Amino acid sequence: MELFPSNSKIDFLGWRKVSIVVSIILMIVSLALITTRGLNYALDFTGGVLVEASYEQPVEIAQVREALEKGGFENALVQTLGGTREVSIRLQASSDAKQLDQVAANVLAALKAARPDVTMKRSEAVGPQVGEELKGDGMIAVIFVIIGIMIYIGIRFEKRFAIAAIASEFHDTILTVGFFALTQREFDLTVLASVLAVVGYSINDKVVVFDRVRELFRTSRKADSYEVLNRAINQTLSRTIMTSLTTALSMFALYFFGGPAVHGFALTMLIGIVIGTLSSIFFANPILYWLGVSKKDLMPVSKENPELARRP
Amino acid sequence: MNDFPRWKYVVVVVVLLLGILYGVPNLFPQQPSVQISANRGATVDQALKEKAQGVLEKDKIPFERIDLSGEHVVVRFNGADDQNKASDALRTELGDSYIVALNLASTVPTWMRAIGANAMPLGLDLRGGVHFLMQVDDKDVMEKQLQRYADDIRTALRDKNIRYTSVGRGGNGLVVTLKSADDRDAALTAIQAKLPDITIAAGQTVGDAYTLNASVKDTRIKEIAQNTIRQNVATLRNRINALGVAEPLIQQQGDTRIVVELAGVQDPGEAKKILGTIATLEYHAVDESVTNPYEAEKTGVVPPDSRLYHRRERGADGKPVPIVLKKKIIVSGDEMVDASSAPDPQSGTPAVSVVLNAAGGRKMLDFTTQNVGKPMAVVYIERTPETKIIDGKEVRSAKVTEEVINSATIRGVFSNRFQTTGLGSNKEASDLALLLRSGSLAAPIDIVEERVIGPSMGQDNIAKGIKAVILGLAAVLVFMAFYYWLFGLIADVALFFNLVLLLAIMSAIGVTLTMPGIAGIVLTLGMAIDANVLICERVREELRNGSTPLAAIRAGYDKAWATILDANVTHLLAALALMTLGSGPIRGFGVTLFIGILTSMFTSVTVTHAITNIVHGGRKLKGLYVGGGYARGAA
Repeated sequence: MELFPSNSKIDFLGWRKVSIVVSIILMIVSLALITTRGLNYALDFTGGVLVEASYEQPVEIAQVREALEKGGFENALVQTLGGTREVSIRLQASSDAKQLDQVAANVLAALKAARPDVTMKRSEAVGPQVGEELKGDGMIAVIFVIIGIMIYIGIRFEKRFAIAAIASEFHDTILTVGFFALTQREFDLTVLASVLAVVGYSINDKVVVFDRVRELFRTSRKADSYEVLNRAINQTLSRTIMTSLTTALSMFALYFFGGPAVHGFALTMLIGIVIGTLSSIFFANPILYWLGVSKKDLMPVSKENPELARRP
Repeated sequence: MNDFPRWKYVVVVVVLLLGILYGVPNLFPQQPSVQISANRGATVDQALKEKAQGVLEKDKIPFERIDLSGEHVVVRFNGADDQNKASDALRTELGDSYIVALNLASTVPTWMRAIGANAMPLGLDLRGGVHFLMQVDDKDVMEKQLQRYADDIRTALRDKNIRYTSVGRGGNGLVVTLKSADDRDAALTAIQAKLPDITIAAGQTVGDAYTLNASVKDTRIKEIAQNTIRQNVATLRNRINALGVAEPLIQQQGDTRIVVELAGVQDPGEAKKILGTIATLEYHAVDESVTNPYEAEKTGVVPPDSRLYHRRERGADGKPVPIVLKKKIIVSGDEMVDASSAPDPQSGTPAVSVVLNAAGGRKMLDFTTQNVGKPMAVVYIERTPETKIIDGKEVRSAKVTEEVINSATIRGVFSNRFQTTGLGSNKEASDLALLLRSGSLAAPIDIVEERVIGPSMGQDNIAKGIKAVILGLAAVLVFMAFYYWLFGLIADVALFFNLVLLLAIMSAIGVTLTMPGIAGIVLTLGMAIDANVLICERVREELRNGSTPLAAIRAGYDKAWATILDANVTHLLAALALMTLGSGPIRGFGVTLFIGILTSMFTSVTVTHAITNIVHGGRKLKGLYVGGGYARGAA
């Protein structure tokens, strides 16, 4: 079986203007969403209290809310956790950090007072300062990854490849995070981890195409960069899509069977796989083309030593 | 076909066998158990094992096995019910001298554990428990240190007969006010000579008030902060032992934070109470009129101005040694500013040097002047706040534990600096210094993060995680076999071994398995196959270009390798960043990803190459079963 014709000669670079414009628009929209709507940061980053409770008998949100109000928690955010017996309750971080650890216990007490069949599944209480620091650490991690990759590609390939790779990394990261700003899905530590994993996945994809570009430049006698880049994308197309399919398959399994703890992770990866795959084809290579990569940049450094040549 | 040397087959077989050996322990179920360990000097020995066995037999609680292993006695049960009953019974019978904790015992055979093959420890999200992140507030400690330096400056000035108006707090440090410019210059030299930890410079002059600004050097501040947190970690460790948690995790995180993870604890209240314990110290004179403290303990008769205390050490009878002390406090913990262990400069024997503040120094001077040659003792006191509901009202009380941690003879007259010698070992000296600091320089601790994971939640997460791994693996296996035929099946074998190797390495180095870690495993499974996709696609390409089957395999592996290496190194960089920069869940995920990439490079390339060669080697091939209509290949 073969999903893609082996001799495909699709002129991907011919669409470069359209694809780059679309990519840039998407990036601007994502950035706008991130700055205006912002991310729905989870407790990990904002600080606050979360209680997940489960009831033996079905419960209604209104009932839970009423119980909480009686207990003095008026601004609680109550949601069901898939099903009618489990609820999650979120409270903003109080300014008094010393009280933080008391809140979860008090919330449960308030629920118990109304309905004794409630048990706590999980609770979290995070001080606002801790969250702020995590946000900072996360940013540093993303930047560190991007710079590290840039250096490696700069050394192994050539600086233009490094620039194209980094531009795509930013593109992929911004779009993935933009999705979270658009849907207002909760952005927690696990999601941050998967954003970094998207960076890893996407760079993997780019390197495979770049590798082929380098190989084609080195082996073909007449190396027109337009043609070489197109051939490289076409020849690796089958692999690009196969790998995204296998990775997506495993992430579907995680999404559907891994439970709520890894939902965000699997979803981010799935989105990242789509964005990363498309950007390998439609974003990274057009940039490489515009940067003017050529055969002579990629020929192995001549082993001849000029010093030796000068000797008689 | 000889492009795959024999030694590589050997490597593949050896690595896979090791992988199985170290991966298999994860398949052994864990068994409910009770772990008994010693608390404060009690001994764990055969006698304890027999005693515990006696308790269980008396109460007719069935147990599977009872073992004495290292520092614990471990009793295994067939069910959680028996486990709970047994722990209650043992706790009552064994009393305070022993810690009885619920645990899950490994059922991995002993010979496997002997070679380090263990199951992966499970994170809190998979086994339930409480997690605290605590912030140590060292402001009080710093303040106390500044007071101490103020005292030292006063002493230095008095020694040199320099008259000063005041020495007090100001700005970020201390301000010394003097009456003339000459005095100021003299003071500057005197302080610099006497106190190397202090940076001092001339400040403003207002009227005839000449000032000096002093601040504690950064290196010293860092040292103080580090000591504070280290000592808090150590005291927390001591206290948490009393909670009866099998394997508590107490770790410093960053400069001012401590992480505490207690698996299996469901009620954070009890734990918080213990963590909130306040410690202090008191110096008392030993009452020498009581010649036999054992007698006093038995009869309860002590002089009216004295009290019976107990030493931390245990005597021959296994009980704490009694000692009678005068009730009057000579110096208390808040008058102590430092305690550190260092060998005595004269004799080289282990010693602890103590520094008191000026007020404490004066009291100590008064006391020692009259009592040379007599013994003095240090009492370590812990107050655990307790809130009980009595008749519907909250009643606050405190559980107080007092222990005599040291008793020594006064060898000479001293005031604010003295040494305690005659300690048995350097370890004993550092333990004593630690206790002294805990009682005097305790820094308030705030809980800044708390997570509680219920036991059912943990069970649920494990079940879901395993399901996701199995189904994710199955989906990829089926897809690969379907698309790449025989080469897909070979890749499948390699992928399966990749999972085995990944689990084996994680188990061997003791990575704690968490939910994000499981996500990392599933992701690795999906992405590791990439190398095989690259190889298969290359082989197809070579066939298409007219290579013979064997040449296609050889070229396929050769050419794909360069790509695989580049792609994986960049990916490793990403995983490395996750591992080193992330905390908590990010870290667990990064570690899994990192190991997964490394194992996948081995299984996807070397292992599949070996299998491919075994399958295809030594035969005349007409084509390759690599899918995509290439069964016949180039004729």
